[in-house]
Amino acid sequence: MLNPYLPYPVRIDDIEIATEDKSLKTFKFVFLNPGDEEKFAYNAGQFAELSVPGVGEIPIGIASSPVEKGFVKFTVFRAGVVTSHLHNMKVGDIMGLRGPLGNWYPWDLLEGKNILIVGGGFAFTTLRSSIIYMLDPENRSRFGNIDVVYGARTPGMLLYKDELVAWEKRDDINMHLTIDAPADGWEYNVGFTPPVTEQKAPQGDDATYAIVCGPPIMIKFTLPVLEKLGYAHDHIIMSLENRMKCGFGMCGRCGIGKELVCKDGPVFTLDQINKTPKEY
Amino acid sequence: MTFVKIDKKQWAQGLATLQKSYRLFGPSKEKDYYNYKALDVGEQPDFGFSNTRLSPKAILFPQSETIIEFSLDENAADHHIMKSIETDSSPRAILGIRPCDAKAVRLVNLNFDTPEYQDPYWVKALDATTFVGLACDDPKSTCFCTSTGCGPYNEEGLDLLLIEEDAQYLAKVLTDKGRAFAEAAGWNTATDGEADIDARKATAEAKITASVSMENLKNQDLMDLHGASFWEDIAFACINCGTCTFTCPTCWCFDLQDEVHGKTGKRMKNWDSCMFPLFTLHTTGHNPRGTKTQRLRQRFMHKLKYFVDKYDTGIMCVGCGRCVSQCPVNIDIRRVCDLMNNYKTDEAACTVQD
Amino acid sequence: MSEYNDKIREISQRLLKECQVDMVIGFRKGSMPMMNEPCFIKNAKDAAQLVWDSNCGINLANYLTNRTEKIGIIAKGCDSRNIVTHIIENKISREQLVIIGVPCQGMIDKHKTTSMFAGDIQDVTEDGGKIKITVNGQVNELDKADVLQKNCAVCTHRNPVIYDEMVADPVEEQNVDRYEDVRQIEAMNPEEKWNYFEELLSPCIRCYACKNACPLCYCPTCFVDESKPQWVGKGQDPTDVRTFHFLRAFHCGGRCTDCGACERACPVGINMRVFTKKLEKDSFEQFGWEAGLTLDERPPLDTYRPDDPDEFIK
Repeated sequence: MLNPYLPYPVRIDDIEIATEDKSLKTFKFVFLNPGDEEKFAYNAGQFAELSVPGVGEIPIGIASSPVEKGFVKFTVFRAGVVTSHLHNMKVGDIMGLRGPLGNWYPWDLLEGKNILIVGGGFAFTTLRSSIIYMLDPENRSRFGNIDVVYGARTPGMLLYKDELVAWEKRDDINMHLTIDAPADGWEYNVGFTPPVTEQKAPQGDDATYAIVCGPPIMIKFTLPVLEKLGYAHDHIIMSLENRMKCGFGMCGRCGIGKELVCKDGPVFTLDQINKTPKEY
Repeated sequence: MTFVKIDKKQWAQGLATLQKSYRLFGPSKEKDYYNYKALDVGEQPDFGFSNTRLSPKAILFPQSETIIEFSLDENAADHHIMKSIETDSSPRAILGIRPCDAKAVRLVNLNFDTPEYQDPYWVKALDATTFVGLACDDPKSTCFCTSTGCGPYNEEGLDLLLIEEDAQYLAKVLTDKGRAFAEAAGWNTATDGEADIDARKATAEAKITASVSMENLKNQDLMDLHGASFWEDIAFACINCGTCTFTCPTCWCFDLQDEVHGKTGKRMKNWDSCMFPLFTLHTTGHNPRGTKTQRLRQRFMHKLKYFVDKYDTGIMCVGCGRCVSQCPVNIDIRRVCDLMNNYKTDEAACTVQD
Repeated sequence: MSEYNDKIREISQRLLKECQVDMVIGFRKGSMPMMNEPCFIKNAKDAAQLVWDSNCGINLANYLTNRTEKIGIIAKGCDSRNIVTHIIENKISREQLVIIGVPCQGMIDKHKTTSMFAGDIQDVTEDGGKIKITVNGQVNELDKADVLQKNCAVCTHRNPVIYDEMVADPVEEQNVDRYEDVRQIEAMNPEEKWNYFEELLSPCIRCYACKNACPLCYCPTCFVDESKPQWVGKGQDPTDVRTFHFLRAFHCGGRCTDCGACERACPVGINMRVFTKKLEKDSFEQFGWEAGLTLDERPPLDTYRPDDPDEFIK
């Protein structure tokens, strides 16, 4: 019997400061035991429990992509007890990784469809995983147009900047980067994510799906924009967050109605979310 | 051999024999109420109880259970590597578990043993346990098991069912585990008890006068019930303690906690409660169930609606009456269940929707 | 008790009808013997639901915390003292309240009464000083004194200390030794004390019914729920269980009115009042203080006076 409570031992292979205010760091983990990486096979959109012995665990979306081998990456915002401790850890430290957990963006359903990705702030981690996945030469032909609207307060608060710049230069993905206010050297959009989405995003139709991740305020103003653009509620895909402990549907706290965010989610369509209590 | 007769004179001897191969748990009087405890060698379970103050769930799902250990000593080769604890999975038996509590174990099992994930600590404990039920001839006024798909002679979840008679116990053997247990005790006097049991069962069932109605719960709209107007009234008295959830045999929610002593540490599963604000508190300070009304609603909606919709096996309540009799402020699940069952959507929407 | 009921309903009805209050907080009849349910009444026509008898042990001051309405509240002696404490501690304002005082002759100890009978108690009624308890169809008559809550037996403030309306004439106050139990524990040697407290707290399941039933425990985040960082372990380690009980008790020092709500609420019968009573006794002996008797003075432990006779504070 597999023990879902027991993390895989991992070593911190690299730590990168991800934003100019140093509130986010990207941790690259390698598995200590051969074979564990294969057991950890995941899909873009899933999360894992970062497990620090003696401190606790924290559910974080997987930022690396299934097509990237040899490591897993997580970009972590310093907020609570575990993430603050994690930010003080060093390369070479040993900890645990439990997962992959939860469902993922519905890649089978999305095959052959146009994809609009709308992201805000540091909720871009599983979106990065998804973009890398879709842009992989093996996969790119399986999807139609890819549009990405990604906004942050300042250029320095955008995650994965090198990759964003590289994607800007490609012609098989339409990037719409934006920051809240003009900044020196910034050559892309200026303004909040919702209005930029309204201007730049493709019209919604049967063959187009939107994946939306961001802070509550961004979600609140983006959803009406998507509705206006013609996206049906079952074509708007979101990823929810709730306090979690076990991550596999047993400890009971992350329930929204009969759905458990950790196991039945975190990925839900707006249509599904509208049928559950707003307890997230 | 479906029925075995156990002379009460042979009872103590049988238990003594059993203690060579089983850890025995049974009801015992503590101060002025009963609880289940691990019986010492030679100690008899005390069957003079109607039901115990706490349910026996802690025997399978301890309030605090260490599941993982680790060393934080950088000099140790395996430092910071988490290892599962080998919990005691030697055979054990719960003597005198009431049918309601035995059924509750089956309901909790739906949570801990799922097609995708199994909680190994629960599954091992459950596998190791023989459930020796004690039929309930004197139910309390707070009992309503007959309306929850259970009953004072219900056999679900039991390996043996004991029926107490004057000078003997009649034991109905229900599973191979139960048969092995009876054999290990040397209880092998076969007898015929079906007719006897039917009459006793009918008498016991007739004594249960309290009930809940649940026939409409499945068809009620989830969001309508969630927004119902009665929650504020029910929740007013609630003090948001964990009495209902901790005494409940079907409540399974838990917390994971790390503790460190010196250079060694452990990870524990601790009972948790949907009544506690910390249960759902986000790191940001946002709490999706930040008011007591929302938390109380979660408890009842989970038991009486979400569970019903999810598993289609009725409500997540066996009618043991513990929360009814122990709630410090008399919030009565029977009343709440009836309100939910009979709710009509044209009533005013609840003001605590969000 | 029926005259109490009539008067409570009459007053409540009037207050609601005349819009003097938005709601009346009181008790309605419970679904089982020895239990009444705290409730709020907003319509005058519903005032008939309000009841009063010896099963109103919950302290209703607990339901006033941070409320914004104008409230009529039924208050026995201890409730009224906790209302005073609530007002002093800015949890409610005096102007919001119409206090309906109820002279109290003590509450029935539900745990004790239940444990006195082997069978299931079907009904409990009272008539003056007599309690009639029906068990398995048999009626047993007891003196109320035999089934009183322990705190009620030694209560010296049975009449409300603050009120706007009174339901009946004041009852005679008891002249009793409040602290015999505390002195017994004080007389123990350290080992005996350790064993006593160890056994006292061993059944605790940390449901927090004691703290949540207590009107003094209104912190937005209780120390047991502090998580950034965490203050107390969450498991059943006896050290953590004791830490919870001791800290809770000390937080109530000089504020506790010995209303008994904590002990009454405990599902496993722990008498945690021995902790709060010790602090109450110390407050009385060292500061001449009894909590909740006056709106004009703050509890000794949140007061500083330049003329404090103790040196350490200067």
